[in-house]
Amino acid sequence: SKYVCVFDKSAFKFSHQQRLFRTSIFLSDIFNIKHFKLSDIGEGITEVTVKEWYIKEGDSVSQFDSICEVQSDKASVTITSRYDGIIRKLHYNLDEIAYVGKPLVDIEIDASKGVAPEEDVVETPPMSHEEHTHQEIKGHKTLATPAVRRLAMENNIKLSEVVGTGKDNRILKEDILNYLAKQTGAILPPSPKGEIIPPLPKSETVPAAPKDKARKIPLPVSRPLVFSGKDKTEPITGFHKAMVKTMSAALKIPHFGYCDEIDLTQLVQLREELKPLAQIRGVKLSFMPFFIKAASLGLLQYPILNASLDESCQNVTYKASHNIGVAMDTEQGLIVPNVKNVQVCSVFEIASELNRLQALGSAGQLGTNDLTGGTFTLSNIGTIGGTYTKPVILPPEVAIGALGKIQVLPRFNGKGEVFKAQIMNVSWSADHRIIDGATMARFSNLWKSYLENPASMLLDLK
Amino acid sequence: MVFQSFLKNCLQLSCILRTPKAGFRSSSGGLIIQSVSNDVYQNLAVEDWIHDHMNLENRQVLFLWRNSPAVVIGRHQNPWQECNLRLLRQKNIKLARRRSGGGTVYHDLGNINLTFFTTRKKYERMENLKLVVKALKALRPQLDVHVTDRYDILLDRQYKISGTAAKLGRTTAYHHCTLLCNADKFVLSSVLKSPYKGLKSNATPSVPASVKNLFEEDPSLTCEMLLDAIAEEYATQHQTDHQITLINPADETVLPGINNKTKELQTWDWVYGKTPKFSVSTCFNIAYKDSVLDIKVDMDVKHGRIEGCNIDLPEQWLPPALCGELVKNLTGSKFCPNETTTLATTLLRVCPQDDDLHSRWNLLCENMIMLM
Repeated sequence: SKYVCVFDKSAFKFSHQQRLFRTSIFLSDIFNIKHFKLSDIGEGITEVTVKEWYIKEGDSVSQFDSICEVQSDKASVTITSRYDGIIRKLHYNLDEIAYVGKPLVDIEIDASKGVAPEEDVVETPPMSHEEHTHQEIKGHKTLATPAVRRLAMENNIKLSEVVGTGKDNRILKEDILNYLAKQTGAILPPSPKGEIIPPLPKSETVPAAPKDKARKIPLPVSRPLVFSGKDKTEPITGFHKAMVKTMSAALKIPHFGYCDEIDLTQLVQLREELKPLAQIRGVKLSFMPFFIKAASLGLLQYPILNASLDESCQNVTYKASHNIGVAMDTEQGLIVPNVKNVQVCSVFEIASELNRLQALGSAGQLGTNDLTGGTFTLSNIGTIGGTYTKPVILPPEVAIGALGKIQVLPRFNGKGEVFKAQIMNVSWSADHRIIDGATMARFSNLWKSYLENPASMLLDLK
Repeated sequence: MVFQSFLKNCLQLSCILRTPKAGFRSSSGGLIIQSVSNDVYQNLAVEDWIHDHMNLENRQVLFLWRNSPAVVIGRHQNPWQECNLRLLRQKNIKLARRRSGGGTVYHDLGNINLTFFTTRKKYERMENLKLVVKALKALRPQLDVHVTDRYDILLDRQYKISGTAAKLGRTTAYHHCTLLCNADKFVLSSVLKSPYKGLKSNATPSVPASVKNLFEEDPSLTCEMLLDAIAEEYATQHQTDHQITLINPADETVLPGINNKTKELQTWDWVYGKTPKFSVSTCFNIAYKDSVLDIKVDMDVKHGRIEGCNIDLPEQWLPPALCGELVKNLTGSKFCPNETTTLATTLLRVCPQDDDLHSRWNLLCENMIMLM
């Protein structure tokens, strides 16, 4: 028979604890655990509530680093560390009451380092000239030319705090300027906009609003990175997570592309004439309403492009409404509100609705109704730039068009003469399971003809 | 050059100070500055800047400012608990979180803000408020105004005309307070009423109070008069000239690094993300077609993001997989109506294309969005 050897556990534990107990006292002697007490807040206050911890157990802190935020009677107080060291214990949880004069945190300090005095430290007065000539950091003399020293003195900078990048760790003028910039925050650290993740590479449908929006010279979005050399990993959340799902579904659709060039010379002129009329009615008229209306007229002839294929690929549903989506680039990323029932809207009505959607889009206030029910999408990436692109179909739709920028290019007219033409490229993608090349081509040609010769739209407008 | 020894990192401020005749009796005394901006974020950034960069050992500062419509919550407060965020968005009223403690206030141009900067040792709120009361009484002796022990200023013993908050740092401190001259009380009361149900939080709550404008008591009073009176009293008490220096909170040369501070105050992570952990627990009754159903929603929100989410629906009202997908996507997402709307509508693209299903989904999502 098996025996399970059972020690007299209690005896064993006790002596083990004793040893531990003795060891921990011994350790704290060497490592100098300081009980950092909550200092006087003023006004006779004895109790505060701990509202936020800026550090956790195990973190290292430097003197003057913020440790926590406490609140008392409408006053929020930032408690900073008196010591350099490692946080070993937080004496309070969030929302607990902390007492003035009692320990707030335990910090393990390196006994050889100095500590801040018991009193609140007064900001040091400007350095005198002599102190700048010979700066000692831990026994090393700081090398710096007189000009650099003067620059440091004028800006009240201690040379010992500046990292020298010159020969022999000499402090250069650039080092002072960098230090100063860091002090005043003039170098912007990378902003923590972690939630903005660019869409997956295949997605080209990143565009913006109407073409006539003042074409800005793109300012470099780059935030000059203070190079720290560390990769940053963040979870994908919220809207972007949902987009991952959508784009993965889109990948399953066999896309075929069809591109063409549209001569918008006449449309440009027409729009110039109509813009002031729309303005009087309080509406900003861009090119999009024309593109959208022309698309709807085309869809009347080729309704398969305004359809939806069910999951099992057994049935095609021809949608009665032309709810044409307009891809918009917002702070969050790509969103696609749609204009409902374009088939019964005038160009002006479409323009008006677009204005409304754009205003809501930039304010982050689009509703579910505006964002659902789309049947066909146009994406105006041309306002950002580009010519031809490969847009990704947004399920449950079966087609999408991406419009490049309008360029002035030389073309031949009917008489063989070269003239200035306003050329825009369009790139269509369609679901090859139910749409064939010929259908796409004919739709595109029809759409193109309406836009190249706007008068012809009049014939078919409903 | 006189000022360099007092204003750390503030070299150019000396250039914009008007040349004093008798001089600021330099080595001690008060400096009175007034913002030319009505942008709440810019003005809060000025407070941060002075708090972080000015050496207040030998001088104290009074900062005067006014904002275009904004709701300002205290450092440790919950905006959902304190105000009607939907109404704010509709009316384009800004939401800001300040760094000092205390409760929520509504600012507009009819409200003046005063910030008293001192070293931490000289932090003394009562004195500051008594100064304000003294100034008011000097201007209009018949005004019945006094300071309570909660650091409020009351008019006629019942109406709050000023609220206070403070921020203490390592070496410096500031105490700021409002003063209601001619603010829009109607907007004030409507935006400061939270419609959000089912919130449970340890965030600092605001204490509602009846308010009144000084203008109602005496229509001859204007904001300018009040500012002037307070500046004069401050100048007298600090033995300096009654000179108000104008300051532009967008000027990097005068306040290096200020735009960075302004930007930080506007980030979502600061305004919403700093909300202490809270939970939402509520039940919707929704009417759909010819039935009424109960949906129970529980969410935990930390740093403004949904940490955990549970939706209890009647069985089969929505396919459980779909509901699960919604919960999965909401987790980690911002507790924000826009984020939830775009998330929910995007997910709809990969749902079975069934109008009835879509209606139910939209109904559920819209109710969820109403919580935010």
